[in-house]
Amino acid sequence: MAERDAHRAVEAVWRIESARLIAGLVRMVRDVGLAEDLAQEALLAALEQWPQSGVPDNPGAWLMATARHRGIDRLRRARVAERKSAELGRDLELRAADLERDLAADLDDPFDDDLLRLIFTTCHPVLSADARVALTLRLLGGLTTPEIARAYLVSESTVAQRIARAKRTLRAACVPIEAPGRPELAERLASALEVIYLIFNEGYAPGAGAAVVRTELLEEALRLGRILAELLPDEPEVRFFPNSEVALPHPLALRSGSA
Amino acid sequence: MRVMVLVKASEESEAGQMPSKELLTAMGKFNEELVKAGVMLDGEGLHPSARGVRVSLSADGPPTVTDGPFAETKELVAGYWIWQVRDMDEALEWAKRIPPPGPGPAGTVELRPVFEAEDFGDELTPELREQEQRLREQLHG
Repeated sequence: MAERDAHRAVEAVWRIESARLIAGLVRMVRDVGLAEDLAQEALLAALEQWPQSGVPDNPGAWLMATARHRGIDRLRRARVAERKSAELGRDLELRAADLERDLAADLDDPFDDDLLRLIFTTCHPVLSADARVALTLRLLGGLTTPEIARAYLVSESTVAQRIARAKRTLRAACVPIEAPGRPELAERLASALEVIYLIFNEGYAPGAGAAVVRTELLEEALRLGRILAELLPDEPEVRFFPNSEVALPHPLALRSGSA
Repeated sequence: MRVMVLVKASEESEAGQMPSKELLTAMGKFNEELVKAGVMLDGEGLHPSARGVRVSLSADGPPTVTDGPFAETKELVAGYWIWQVRDMDEALEWAKRIPPPGPGPAGTVELRPVFEAEDFGDELTPELREQEQRLREQLHG
């Protein structure tokens, strides 16, 4: 029973921390796929250790430190093999030191920019709409591959492939991990808002996945909209997603006689 | 799901004591985290019950009105949040991060899931659902 409670607590912490964790790691390693792997390794370590040791006082910092150490280990191993990786490894260590200072100084600010960069990366126009949606739900919504598959009534392997392909595409296109500057912002923002609307519509459409799953998508879309509005307070398009329950009508109230 | 977090009153809150600068700062930082995580929908603090009024409604007679303050301090509410979270476990993890009040007795919050239209079943007829939807659109539009 205690074991199960601890497990649930770890999962809840994961939902709260995963987007910020991955966003911070992306800054460090500049690769969405590697960042997610490292975050997942930190989650596994938490699942092993927290049931015994209890949830640490600052679980976000614990996960970040663990993921960072895994990343440094990995790149040190790679350094032996290849000079290019060695440069990456040194670079990573410098960045890790920066990150440590960031963490000590202020947990909030660097993460804001990280999160925005991650949103603009997973919603990059170089990716197909399907790929953007899957990657965004996975990295920013903290949904698992099976959860995304259930929501979209496709097989888990389809979702897994979509996500893997999206990561490869970002890597191949050398998409810089950054929030776009002024001239590009409108187009990139449109691409991000489209993702949010696609998620919302999927949750809203009658006849799609189970009601419970659709509700999750609706809520996820609204949550992402609120985050974007908070991170880009001066963009009128984003303000369309208001602070609270929305200019989009309350989705649950719209569904009459749903199962 | 939405969860209402009821912040229970204390002797200090009922006495109208304002939170310290430290607590206000910590609370501001916590609220900012909630907002940036897309979790916070709403949240307010309430004046002491001395400024409140109770109205008792009965089918047997006219409403009766009682002025505050009210007894049973610990049952009173001093503030609230509305959060949108994926489940109660997530709400619980957020709740554990609420900054504690300063020195003195512990503060208490109570987490209560908010009813959604689906929870009402057949009693909420299609007509009532439509009315509710219209009202929500007016409120938010």
